[in-house]
Amino acid sequence: MRKLMMTSASIAVFVGVAACSSTPEPEPVVVEEPVVVEEEPEPEVVVVEETLPVVPTGPVEGSLEDFQVNVGDRVYFDLDQYRLSADAQGILQRQAAWLSSYPDVNILVAGNCDERGTREYNLALGERRASVVKNYLVDLGVDPARIQTVSYGKERPLALGSNDAAWAQNRNGFTQLISGVVG
Amino acid sequence: MMKRLFCAIALAFGLGSPAALAQFEVNIQEGVLKPTPIAIPNFEAIGVDPAVAQQISEVVRADLESTGLFTITPEEAYIQTDLNIEVAPRFADWKIIQSDALVVGTVEQITRDGNELIRGSVRMWDVYGEELMRFEDSAGRQVSGRRFTTTPEDVRRIAHKIADAIYSRLTGEDGYFDTRIVYIAETGPKNARIKRLAIMDADGANVKYLTSGAFTVLTPRFSPEAQQITYMSYEGGIPRVYLYDLRRARQEVLGNFRSMTFAPRFSRDGNSVLLTQATNGNSDIYLMDLQTRQSRRLTDHPAIDTSPSMSPDGRQIVFNSDRGGSPQLYVMNTNGTTRVCPSGGRDIACRITFGSGRYSTPVWSPRGDLIAFTKQSRGRFHIGVIGIDGQGERLLTESYLDEGPDWSPNGRVITFFRERAPGASPQLWSVDLTGRNLRRLQTPTDASDPAWSPLLD
Repeated sequence: MRKLMMTSASIAVFVGVAACSSTPEPEPVVVEEPVVVEEEPEPEVVVVEETLPVVPTGPVEGSLEDFQVNVGDRVYFDLDQYRLSADAQGILQRQAAWLSSYPDVNILVAGNCDERGTREYNLALGERRASVVKNYLVDLGVDPARIQTVSYGKERPLALGSNDAAWAQNRNGFTQLISGVVG
Repeated sequence: MMKRLFCAIALAFGLGSPAALAQFEVNIQEGVLKPTPIAIPNFEAIGVDPAVAQQISEVVRADLESTGLFTITPEEAYIQTDLNIEVAPRFADWKIIQSDALVVGTVEQITRDGNELIRGSVRMWDVYGEELMRFEDSAGRQVSGRRFTTTPEDVRRIAHKIADAIYSRLTGEDGYFDTRIVYIAETGPKNARIKRLAIMDADGANVKYLTSGAFTVLTPRFSPEAQQITYMSYEGGIPRVYLYDLRRARQEVLGNFRSMTFAPRFSRDGNSVLLTQATNGNSDIYLMDLQTRQSRRLTDHPAIDTSPSMSPDGRQIVFNSDRGGSPQLYVMNTNGTTRVCPSGGRDIACRITFGSGRYSTPVWSPRGDLIAFTKQSRGRFHIGVIGIDGQGERLLTESYLDEGPDWSPNGRVITFFRERAPGASPQLWSVDLTGRNLRRLQTPTDASDPAWSPLLD
């Protein structure tokens, strides 16, 4: 609405300017004042910038979101592998530190596999991956009583595609917070 | 002359003498290239709804045709229409339409002890030999025909038993039609799949769901008496092996294992269950006695050992292990003693697969001479078979995912599940041991993990 008003104001100004800038006429017989409609100038829009009160950004510390965003809830494995990469070790070190800050939190580590294997072998491989994650966390000082494990084999893919990128995402150890979470 | 038909098909199974019988031109090693034509006119209805007689006739025809070994002479071709089960047919009328065998049957309603029952009877004629083909009955006696009686709700089983009798008479092998298949019925999206235990007749009829779908279940197998099913369920959070009793429609968790148990199969005598227990990253195979519920550890190796299957004599077990660096098949003695390996040396477990690729889900054939498996190679999956000494590997199928073979009770057919392309949902299929006669088994939902029952009583 305001834009529309400004446009009509501009047209009015243009008409006015055009009228004023016409070349001098021959001596008029009748001098008629050109009709100039003086428009009320559009009041200038004043934008006042105010400072908003500061609100907390990011997840609440100790929440599930905090864990997912600031720590990382999953580690990925190479094809057919159950060794922890340097990246995976970094994430698990953050998980262990976070878990030491929130000692009421218990976790379930799920081992998952891509769809390019048989069900039964993948159930075994998923269990191996979940155990590797658990053992690493225990080595970093997390009480084993706080960690449950489960293998979903290839039955619960995170990514639904049937391609290398999806399979890479589906070879993981996935840490779920099952109790003691803030918020 | 009467033996001609039998011999020809027996030859097809590699059983008969190499008598020259050009008429049938069948060779089971290559699969049946020219199926044997047989005529099975609608059975005569005696005091029963003709629709029942027709249904039984149709199921018999469908069973036999599904083998790929027979073609059914179409009804339009029949010349003689006044068949009588007690009278020899006019053989010339059946020769001229080139039916090698003629099945004549009746379906009657009878009353026994106040119960209304359905009775099906058949005789079979060797058309070219112009002779009655005698059967062997379930007691091993030579009989001039077969007759089966049951309750009206089970009439399809009469048809399956008749088809088994005909198949057995013509091939010299046991049949496999009066059987059931247990499988996993799947519905819902890939990341929230509902998986239920389901059971059906081997031809896809009478589907029943045995679990609700509240918990994921996988990998069912029949007991040798077909009255129990062992499978894996996530009920209770972690995977555990369960038993389901079909008579009582009840399930129970098997054993008191503290960690995950999976990949169960019955022993051949039905007294024990082979299963895998995974503890702290290590899967090993156990044998649990169903009476005492005591289990004995069969493998003790830091690698993954799973998917066990027992030989028919109970003395050996084939299983899947990645102890050599990738999943391969190994054979061991059930009693754990050292054996001489076909590849040389002595070991408790001998590797039998050395081809390129990954091998898993081995299943010992009911005949004892072959092991069926899943093979993954160059991005494709296959169902294959191999000799127990690791010789003679043959791949029977190929697709994006072919997995989880199981044998028909006569060892002639293998059922498995297939995802034909990336993103395709799983379906049940079967293939002949020769690699021919690849067929889809129709199910109401997506389906996986089929397992075949023994022949029913």
